[in-house]
Amino acid sequence: MGKTLFDKIWDAHVITEIADGPSQLYIDRQFAHEVTSPQAFNGLRDRGLTVMRPSKTTATPDHNIPTWNQERPIADPISKFQVETLTKNCEEFGITLYGLGNKKNGIVHVVGPENGYTLPGMTIVCGDSHTSTHGAFGTIAFGIGTSEVEMVLASQCILQPKPKTMLIKIDGDLGEGVSSKDIILYIISKLTTGGGTGHFVEFAGSAITALSMEARMTLCNMSIEMGARGGLIAPDQTTYDYVEGREFAPKGDDWDKALVYWNTLHTDADATFDKEFHFSADDIEPMITYGTNPGMGVGISGSIPTLDEIDEAGQATFKQSMEYMGFQPGDKLIGKKIDYVFIGSCTNGRIEDLRVFCDFIKGKKKADHVTAWIVPGSRQVEKQAREEGLFDILTEAGFVMRQPGCSACLAMNDDKIPAGKYSVSTSNRNFEGRQGPGARTLLSSVLTAAAAAITGEVTDPRTLMQEPALA
Amino acid sequence: MPIEKFSVLTSTCIPLPIENVDTDQIIPARFLKATTKEGFGDNLFRDWRYDKQDQPKQDFVLNDPTYSGEIFVGGKNFGSGSSREHAAWAIAGYGFRVVVSSFFADIFKANALNNGVLPVQVSETFLAKLFAAIESDPSTKVTVKLEEQTITLHSTGESERFEINGYKKNCLANGYDDIDFLLSNQDKIEAWEKTSFY
Ligand code: SF4
Repeated sequence: MGKTLFDKIWDAHVITEIADGPSQLYIDRQFAHEVTSPQAFNGLRDRGLTVMRPSKTTATPDHNIPTWNQERPIADPISKFQVETLTKNCEEFGITLYGLGNKKNGIVHVVGPENGYTLPGMTIVCGDSHTSTHGAFGTIAFGIGTSEVEMVLASQCILQPKPKTMLIKIDGDLGEGVSSKDIILYIISKLTTGGGTGHFVEFAGSAITALSMEARMTLCNMSIEMGARGGLIAPDQTTYDYVEGREFAPKGDDWDKALVYWNTLHTDADATFDKEFHFSADDIEPMITYGTNPGMGVGISGSIPTLDEIDEAGQATFKQSMEYMGFQPGDKLIGKKIDYVFIGSCTNGRIEDLRVFCDFIKGKKKADHVTAWIVPGSRQVEKQAREEGLFDILTEAGFVMRQPGCSACLAMNDDKIPAGKYSVSTSNRNFEGRQGPGARTLLSSVLTAAAAAITGEVTDPRTLMQEPALA
Repeated sequence: MPIEKFSVLTSTCIPLPIENVDTDQIIPARFLKATTKEGFGDNLFRDWRYDKQDQPKQDFVLNDPTYSGEIFVGGKNFGSGSSREHAAWAIAGYGFRVVVSSFFADIFKANALNNGVLPVQVSETFLAKLFAAIESDPSTKVTVKLEEQTITLHSTGESERFEINGYKKNCLANGYDDIDFLLSNQDKIEAWEKTSFY
């Protein structure tokens, strides 16, 4: 019987299998950042171990760094110490670090792909759940805990029970104003935040193959939000075109050999999955969330469910969520006044996202009462945005671009949405307090966030796209 | 580092019947700045436990003296979201050895096991009975046996079996962690690398 793409990559990386236990899996690439690695390095020191393959780990501080005045010392002494600890650990153990100010610094999941570290067929881990982003290249990429970071540093391997496989197939054409962010918010709203637990998802179908590489990353990024271990997409010409020529991608003969291998990376016609879901792209409209987990989303023209639409066991949680958000069951989303807009994160902080944003806001003006944080995913994205003239478009419309980092996606630095304020955010989580204590987050695509930034309220971006731009 | 061994635990429970509790609630991001594993228990469920003036919220279960114990009972889909192991450190640091739910997020489950905290997945029916029993009598005791893979509610005598793979069970029973095992296969790792594309 044929194999799924996931099985092919998994099987090729198994060092050994433990009876009634996990498999020992070889890891081709590990990414590290300042927040989930210090205890792992301490563990190595305590055991007197070294890093087995230092060249296979790449580090960049991103979670806990300011997005303002990065050239100055970090003001918060505890954050400063954590970032310095990463530098010290990388020096001691011989790991490549793209520190603050380095031209390759940025969010781990933006830095990996843009430098050609992320390649089809790899196994990739990072102490960060959105490692699933790299699945867009046809990799098995998943987030791990700090104990596991230590294991990979020590042995370049990890023990993992083999997940089940799931196919999510989306055929048809996306409508105008609908993006891959809407696809994934739509899927999670259907399958819930636990719907993918225990599974590795392959995304396929004509709506998926039509997506750009960056849009595929947005999609795979959020596969963790339905509980899946990760999500992946078979590599194709779009993948190869993106990877070719990047700094750490294979070159010359190695490139030709790589292509031969990569072309085997697809699910065989007679392979089967443990679960399958099929959706039609035509059913998807721009999405927005109204609650406190990413599964609580609806099409932008829809309403928040009423209490009787929620199953009984979930009602207490739903009520708590409504109270936190300051919404009533049954409310319409369109027209809700908002205070903040956040464009950024490893979900939507790439150059394509900034282009979409700028294209939309060009010739328009930011609503006066809205505070907008535009945060590029990396230094390279920032540089490219400058070179393409996006900075000027932003400035003219009343927006400012900050410096790269995770920023208000998890609000570990100063970029916190104040308590009670509403934020339309292109990041991936709307949990209570995720964007700051008391912050109320509505997740959406870049376009929907752009529309909210202009009107100051939840707005269907398609209605503004039909209007001629104001001169 | 070696983890604390586990065999049998009998204890009262602390209940939190909320679904989809994510790791941002278990330990909010602003408390992730530490570079050691200590002290996270103090900030377990920080924003549900303390108000804006850092005063304990009386209606939150951890601040309710009626409830105590080393067993935490949570609602369905516990530990979703971020992979932060700090969530497991906070649970362990507070003094819990067992977390019971009807459904766990994958990464949280792995992180708990790697820190000597046993995730016990029970049926929805059993979970509902547990919540009801604890609520009606906070001194209700529960026994968790690793060897037998059972959880027993003393007040009714009802028991349920839970799953754990043989390898992890052995690790927890003996206090082993994974690194020794991984490194014992060094020759296999090196042999594999010779055949690898990358
Ligand atoms: S941008 Fe957000 S989701 Fe992505 S790595 Fe940073 S904190 Fe995690």
